[in-house]
Amino acid sequence: MKLTKSFNRSLWVFHLNTGSCNGCEIEIVATITPRYDPERFGIKLVGSPKHADVLLVTGPVTKKMAAKVRRVYEQVPNPKLVMCIGTCGQSGGVFYDSYNLDGPIDQVLPVDVYVPGCPPRPEAIVYGVVKAWEKLERLEAAQ
Amino acid sequence: MNGDTKKKSTPYTVPIGPVHPALKEPVMFTFQMEGEVVRSVDFAPGNTHRGIEWMGMRRNPVQIVHLTDRICGICGVVHSLSFARAVEQIAEIEVPPRADYIRTILHELERMQSHLLWAGVAAHELGFDSLLFLAWRVREQSMDLIENLTGNRVNYGIVQIGGVRRDISDEQRPIIEQGLSYYRGLLDQMKTVFLDDSTIRMRCRGHGLLSYRDAQILCAVGPTARASGVAMDVRHDYPYCAYGDLNVQPVIPPQEFGGPQGDVYDRIIVRLLEIAQSIDIIQQCMDNMPAGEILWEKKYPKLLSVLKKAQGEAIGRVEAPRGECMHYVRMDGNDAPATWKVKASSYSNLMSWIPMIKGEQLADIPIIVASIDPCMSCTDRVTVIREGSAANLTKEELTRLSREKTRRLSQC
Repeated sequence: MKLTKSFNRSLWVFHLNTGSCNGCEIEIVATITPRYDPERFGIKLVGSPKHADVLLVTGPVTKKMAAKVRRVYEQVPNPKLVMCIGTCGQSGGVFYDSYNLDGPIDQVLPVDVYVPGCPPRPEAIVYGVVKAWEKLERLEAAQ
Repeated sequence: MNGDTKKKSTPYTVPIGPVHPALKEPVMFTFQMEGEVVRSVDFAPGNTHRGIEWMGMRRNPVQIVHLTDRICGICGVVHSLSFARAVEQIAEIEVPPRADYIRTILHELERMQSHLLWAGVAAHELGFDSLLFLAWRVREQSMDLIENLTGNRVNYGIVQIGGVRRDISDEQRPIIEQGLSYYRGLLDQMKTVFLDDSTIRMRCRGHGLLSYRDAQILCAVGPTARASGVAMDVRHDYPYCAYGDLNVQPVIPPQEFGGPQGDVYDRIIVRLLEIAQSIDIIQQCMDNMPAGEILWEKKYPKLLSVLKKAQGEAIGRVEAPRGECMHYVRMDGNDAPATWKVKASSYSNLMSWIPMIKGEQLADIPIIVASIDPCMSCTDRVTVIREGSAANLTKEELTRLSREKTRRLSQC
């Protein structure tokens, strides 16, 4: 994986919970803490979608959250990427037959990077962010 | 300002959520504000409703155990243990003693990681990010231990009806001992960092008060109730698993810290002392662990056929890191249970937000909301609507407010 050219700017990430069980949430926070520390590369969690390059979406998208998910997505400035963290956002996972889901996430938003796992390990999330980064650079070059 | 002609209308409303700070789950708050002071508060949860109970009533109990793991990513053992205990009572399954001890060890490891997680989140809500990173760095050791014992960091899938799915081998014992001594060495440092810090004392002492009476009226559970002086702990009151053999007392803020006052500071004390208690309990389990089987029935088809014939109802209660968690199950001789009701600990604690937040300042909301350790998710945006015009308060803005208050207090 070539990273040298990709690491010339910082990548800010906004995290959105759409009805997840918290498993992915705590792994995302564990990812930004000292053991993995992606902040040394400028990757950090931000508090507003308006500051973000990447949207981390977790959870299977409950009916109540679907409209809010779209609203948050619209607030992220271009070029933007959507990362789907966790199995339930990709297929419904254990919640596949629930009556209260509008998901999986790709039914609601265009997803660029999938990170599977229930929940994915922090290493997997960091790897997913790197993939997102490479794609973001390609998008920017194309603009 | 619109001038003197238009009188400032109070109280005004501040909606926070459902995508919002200090929470690990979408939830909608509406605050009635008068200046900086919160007059009243209302909240509307329900954004993460996934219909788990409905799905459970279409699956067999062995499948449900894996569904219970995903009720909450932090309380994996709690929910699956609670459900398994309810089903075991209905089907009259006797859990082997060794499995009980392994369940207890994992239960306490989960409590340790959950309390450390909370300590970090609380520090973050105070704007004390270096402490967040410190707490989460030491938390990784407990995650390593859990991974070593169960194979997973989160959603362990270790509890099975009639026992546990993995044994603790002799090779794993020194690893557990090592982890315990690591935390024993850290305890004093943690107490110094959290309890002797003037910033934390200033922001937490006397804020988010929940009186003994309110805690009882609102049926608060777990550390939230214990910090208000209510001596309740399912592990002590109704011992389950191996707790009957062990010495477990409810942790109440001791006299050296001024006894229980029911503020945010007391909730920090209770959780830190419970980490010490968990280390002690795991040590007792390690010393007294009996040999033997870890499953009542190894063959799933046989286990399922027993469960299929089971009839009756039962409640499984366990003490989660956040308080009492309860699963009610009724089975009537079918594959799937006829009724399954989950009462998670945060459900009991949410109402205590209302007396806690009343009369506090906007800047104190994040730490008070986080202080009961609500089992919910993350956020970021607050909209303040004042006289029809809207302004956005981002998570950074709230953190800034919080930090400014700390500075103001330090200068006094």
